[in-house]
Amino acid sequence: MKFDVAIIGGGLAGLTAGLSLQKRGLSTVIISAGQNAMHFSSGAFELLSRTPDGMPVDSPLEDIPLLPGDHPYSKIGLPRLTALIDQVPQLFASAGIKLQGHALRNSFRITPTGTLKRAWLALEDVALLPTVETSVGRKVLLVNLAGYPDFFTSFIAEGLEARGSSVRICSLKLPEMETLRTSPSEMRSVNIARVMDTAWKSVVDGVKLHLRGEDTVILPQVFGLKDESVLSLVRGSIPANVLFVGTMPPSVPGIRAQMKQKAAYENAGGTTLMGDTAVSAVLDGGRVVSLRTRNLGDHPVEAGQFILATGGFFSKGLSSTPSRVYETLFSLDVDYDADRNNWYAYDFFTPQPYLDFGVKTDNSFRAVRDGEAIENLRVIGSILGGAHSFKLGCGGGVAILSALAVAEDLSNELK
Amino acid sequence: MTLQEYTASAHNFEECMKCTVCTAYCPVVPVNPLYPGPKQAGPDGERLRLKDPFFFSETLKYCLNCKRCEVACPSDVKVADIIQAARIKYSTSKPKLRDMMLASTDFMGSLARPFAPIVNGVLSLGVTKAVLDGFMEVDRHRKFPKYSFRGFEGWFKRKAASSQAAFEKKVAYFHGCYVNYNFPTLGQDFVKVMNALGYGVELLKDEKCCGVAMIANGMSDKARKNAVSNVQALSEAVSRGLKVLTSSSTCTFTMRDEYPELLGVDNSAVRDSIILATRFIFEELENGVKLEFKPDFKARIAYHTPCHLEKLGWGVFSKGVLKKIPGVELIPLDSACCGIAGTYGFKKENYEASQAIGKPLFDQIEAVAPDFVACDCETCKWQIEMSTPYKVLNPISVLAAALA
Ligand SMILES: Cc1cc2nc3c(=O)[nH]c(=O)nc-3n(C[C@H](O)[C@H](O)[C@H](O)COP(=O)(O)OP(=O)(O)OC[C@H]3O[C@@H](n4cnc5c(N)ncnc54)[C@H](O)[C@@H]3O)c2cc1C
Ligand code: SF4
Ligand code: SF4
Repeated sequence: MKFDVAIIGGGLAGLTAGLSLQKRGLSTVIISAGQNAMHFSSGAFELLSRTPDGMPVDSPLEDIPLLPGDHPYSKIGLPRLTALIDQVPQLFASAGIKLQGHALRNSFRITPTGTLKRAWLALEDVALLPTVETSVGRKVLLVNLAGYPDFFTSFIAEGLEARGSSVRICSLKLPEMETLRTSPSEMRSVNIARVMDTAWKSVVDGVKLHLRGEDTVILPQVFGLKDESVLSLVRGSIPANVLFVGTMPPSVPGIRAQMKQKAAYENAGGTTLMGDTAVSAVLDGGRVVSLRTRNLGDHPVEAGQFILATGGFFSKGLSSTPSRVYETLFSLDVDYDADRNNWYAYDFFTPQPYLDFGVKTDNSFRAVRDGEAIENLRVIGSILGGAHSFKLGCGGGVAILSALAVAEDLSNELK
Repeated sequence: MTLQEYTASAHNFEECMKCTVCTAYCPVVPVNPLYPGPKQAGPDGERLRLKDPFFFSETLKYCLNCKRCEVACPSDVKVADIIQAARIKYSTSKPKLRDMMLASTDFMGSLARPFAPIVNGVLSLGVTKAVLDGFMEVDRHRKFPKYSFRGFEGWFKRKAASSQAAFEKKVAYFHGCYVNYNFPTLGQDFVKVMNALGYGVELLKDEKCCGVAMIANGMSDKARKNAVSNVQALSEAVSRGLKVLTSSSTCTFTMRDEYPELLGVDNSAVRDSIILATRFIFEELENGVKLEFKPDFKARIAYHTPCHLEKLGWGVFSKGVLKKIPGVELIPLDSACCGIAGTYGFKKENYEASQAIGKPLFDQIEAVAPDFVACDCETCKWQIEMSTPYKVLNPISVLAAALA
């Protein structure tokens, strides 16, 4: 099979690049082994939440110049990065994904443990506060579904009360959820969301019975797995401001967004090889010629340009032996500490150094192997070195913006 | 061997990180509250079953074995294999007469075919359907696939075998029960297309049903016998340098992957030579072989990727072949299960779930309003033809119709 561009990895980065390339008239394929980090995400993207010295960031665009030269944003450069940032809401809207928030000022999302975290853009059903001072509501009714263990109402209540809201917790026992409850391990967000496609009315009725003049109702993000129309039905039927707050993974908004991105990519003519793994690559004279995949066996996937978007350790784009960290497909050069003792931090709650490891690239995101850039292999997303996405809070931004930068470069080159 | 290889668990079940992503993609979960879902039926349940087989639940039979959970799993857990292997290992329920009949596609076919006109007439009678529904628990809404009076093998021997000798290059053809007993036209189309590509066709020395329906109906011993026999027949052809082509995605998948994974039958000598015909044709066309097409062929085709083809990852080839036909407008349908899953949807207790699973697909087909639907699976064909007003053709037949 021959394509203009072959993309390895169908997470946020791979799909964003694929959709952008298809829209620019190129033929692409995405090879993706299993689902990706979006399925576990908050449903909000971070652009930059902390500076390299750990200070909170309010205006990401103002603080991006503080990043070191090997950070992906620095490689793109601020003027171009700003232009790419402007394209994001529209690209996602074209896939049917509505985003709230903007890059000039960080907004704040309520985490599953009741704290506030900075966010750049968020999906429709992620409660987003414009400033840290914004009140969630004067009187809040915090609603859980009986037997659902992944929504921590008392943490959330504590967090909200510390910020001046008065919170009342209630739990709804729905007959529609009785069969799910028979196996407690199945009381997970995605299963409940499927029940909610029809049972949302009972939730609304239950909430109405519990309401005692609260101005705000908080529900877990367990509505609208395939189709977000349930969200507005719920919002429209409860006489209060309705907010949806994150649960423990899997993430209903994240999965919905991924499904939509994939559908939009395929509708734009993109080819997906889902559940398939790129297992080896053929290189010739410093260029990648083709890939072999587990499912296609000896049938090569050929392309003029290749994009590596295989995620970090979490998605098996990186792996390690006791003595070394390596990139799994091309053995690319990886930026990591040679001393294994420095891979982990003993304090569990500080960012783990190994999460900062990533693939080395030149300034156009060309992969580097044995010190030489591979001309037609670009690297995007969370496998990129220099991003420090957990420390800086920039994972979503790096994935989306490196994808858009590379898509733009490739389409300019190929045309 | 590395330490990791020593510690690898059966069907990768210890890789499960309990993320529930599989459950989000299972088509049965939303429609059948009795089904525990892939995570619970698969890796979670396996942990318990390993302690005590008491924890085996017969509700695992509601799994369609569509493998969509496996395609979605981020950790490469063979969820559906775990479930099917557990059914083979622990299930104590004996297949009902109905299950045996539905599963024995070759035996039933060879019984019914000589009386095809009578059998087809009888099977379509309201009274027969009521009897089947009442006594056999085969749902009365189902239309039975028609049996063909003259089987494919018979046609091939009489009408085609001699002319195949003239071709220097050859392929072997595993036609499957459906082509032999119900729809020889597809086999004839296959021969036509292969000849147009410059290949003569041979049949295997002794082809048996691939066994997929037996695995699904608790008859794994019989399935294993067929598998052993088929691997032998395949080896004979492969040892002569032949590729063995198929026109059914499910037979292909079963012989390549279910033989070793579920039945423990070693197919390593033949696995890579078992190829869905559309893949072979796609590669021939990419390598520059030219086909002559009718100049005025026109068709607006909605293509449905069967679940097992999705798992094989070869839907691209079928779509690719269709796209290469001049005059074809191809509309790929969203990846979704049609709900039939072989014999599953025939059973009265599954009928409603089966139709509910397929509904989004049927709705999309009706919205697209194509000239016809294309698909590589015979049971998807029955399901879609029963549930929508559209005809379903195998891509091979579309290609045959488009040839000059
Ligand atoms: C659990 C978790 C939660 C996160 N939550 C957030 C959040 O809320 N907000 C935020 O901004 N950022 C978050 N991040 C950061 C996150 O990494 C990025 O936001 C982004 O989703 C990463 O996308 P990606 O496409 O680079 O990688 P991934 O989403 O990891 O996708 C990589 C894909 O590549 C596939 N793959 C790997 N190897 C191969 C191969 N050889 N062949 C074929 N396919 C292969 C994988 O199966 C996977 O599907 C989170 C990260 C993790 C791990
Ligand atoms: S089997 Fe895979 S998808 Fe399912 S819970 Fe386990 S890791 Fe997640
Ligand atoms: S094989 Fe299909 S029906 Fe069975 S558990 Fe997996 S997704 Fe569900």
